Amino acid sequence: MADVAFARHPDLIRRLEAHARAVRIATVTMAHHGKTPHVGSALSCVDLLVALYFHAMRIDPHATGGDEDRFVLSKGHGCMAYYATLAERGYFPRDWLATYAQNGAVLAEHPSPLCVPGIDVATGSLGHGLGIAAGAAVGRNLNGRPGRVFVLLSDGECNEGSVWEAAMFAAGRRLDQLVAIVDHNKLQAMGRCDDITALTPLADKWRAFGWDVREVDGHDMGALVATLEGLPFTMGRPSAIIAHTVKGKGVSFMEDDTEWHYRPPNDDDLARALREIGG
Amino acid sequence: MRNAFIRALTDVAANDPRIVFITGDLGFKLFDDFARRYPGRFLNVGVAEATMAGVASGLALEGKKPFIYSIVPFATLRCYEQIRDDICYHDADVTVVGVGGGYSYGPNGATHHALEDIAVMRVLPNMTVLCPGDPAETVAAVQALARHRGPAYLRLGRAGEPVVHATPVSFAVGDSLLVRDGRDVAVLSTGNMLATAVGVAEVLATRGVSCRVLSMPSVKPLDTVAIDAALTQTRVVATLEEHSRLGGFGGAVAEHVAERGLATIFRRFGAADHFAHVCGDQDFHRQANGLTAAQVAAALIDLLP
Repeated sequence: MADVAFARHPDLIRRLEAHARAVRIATVTMAHHGKTPHVGSALSCVDLLVALYFHAMRIDPHATGGDEDRFVLSKGHGCMAYYATLAERGYFPRDWLATYAQNGAVLAEHPSPLCVPGIDVATGSLGHGLGIAAGAAVGRNLNGRPGRVFVLLSDGECNEGSVWEAAMFAAGRRLDQLVAIVDHNKLQAMGRCDDITALTPLADKWRAFGWDVREVDGHDMGALVATLEGLPFTMGRPSAIIAHTVKGKGVSFMEDDTEWHYRPPNDDDLARALREIGG
Repeated sequence: MRNAFIRALTDVAANDPRIVFITGDLGFKLFDDFARRYPGRFLNVGVAEATMAGVASGLALEGKKPFIYSIVPFATLRCYEQIRDDICYHDADVTVVGVGGGYSYGPNGATHHALEDIAVMRVLPNMTVLCPGDPAETVAAVQALARHRGPAYLRLGRAGEPVVHATPVSFAVGDSLLVRDGRDVAVLSTGNMLATAVGVAEVLATRGVSCRVLSMPSVKPLDTVAIDAALTQTRVVATLEEHSRLGGFGGAVAEHVAERGLATIFRRFGAADHFAHVCGDQDFHRQANGLTAAQVAAALIDLLP
């Protein structure tokens, strides 16, 4: 599938990969300057965010509040990648990123509402985003307005019962403009997901809750593009994408290591990370 | 109160297409008329209060004005973080409606008693808290909320509460209603204790004590002007609520009274700080907590200098 997408849009895929490198550079830089945790969680979802914001979603950073697609970052702790993506896409100036996690800045360690251009939904506590996204999808239906609602969850977040409440609700309401993407990097705050709860088989769980599900390599831009172009997977059903990812993706010493859920990069870490990501 | 609420909401929804009613699978047959008149604007999310609050926030994002409904503990405590984050933090135009304030669901047991809700809801930034005292105040509260924008909590009794206001009333968020004037004692009542407050005044009158009854359906914001008047014009000011004495309406008034620094005697009447472990109806639990008109009146007479 990935090769097909690449063959069809080689320039698009190369362009998206370049954006992803820029977002990764901004992300590790923010974690270093802000001395904040969650750099692994942010790097995990960079390619997903770039595929959404630079290709799949129908959006206009200069004309928000209309019929454009909506996005909810339910895994709010991944917001360094979110801020970097929004800046890269033109929602606000890139130099705002230098204020991340500083006193008095609007870019906090979890996204707040009402003050960051492009962010309508504040998160930080897990298990909230899917219900809000489902409500927005119902609102679009009631208002007879187009536009899809994308929500990005973490796999650890799927421990929360409220995720499954909302999943049942969305399937019951046949919200086929709702798309849930699970950043499935197999690690959560205290260890391997499957050592903590029986998360596997994750795709089967979403299927059992009435969603049409696709699994994809969450770092293969061609595969992501092809999967997102297939939405909605089935009319009358919400769509779930289980994106197989690697926590800390793009920086070898951060990959698949829970340490980087907590540790901010020091000067040496940053230099090595930037060399690896290149650009 | 419940029926008055449903009738009033059905009325205001006729003029405001943004209003959507959402239930957490409670209110069998009660909302049939609303659902029939406003197709698509009645939503049963199932027994899923966290989702109900989140969905309401998402609907508000799309310009809707949702009212979400369940029995008080489920509508407030079960999904408290969703109310805080999804509704209040976003300043979303959502009203949480709790039915069964205080001991309204008495025999159902302590899981169904609602004695902490005013305390936890009023502490939330952006939140307005309204506790109407009878069916007429319930209608006025719904009308006030239809005009209001932002997160709100509407605390109802259940069914069959006595009518205190014989004719329709009107109030805005932040207003109180003078039910009866008096110069010795002032009883400040919120929610479904209003008829009891009037009863207290009647008992006191037979003892030659003049009692003001102030209905305060707006717990947040409080009508501090009316409280100040009571503090300066009477000798004993008391609050009355079917809620824990800790942190609720009495707590809110006490915060104001303490900072006013006046010598007026002040007393809170409400439920004791413990769970009920025996079955009982509303009257039984009120009696057990010293909340009947006779009990409150006797306590006030003891306080009079």
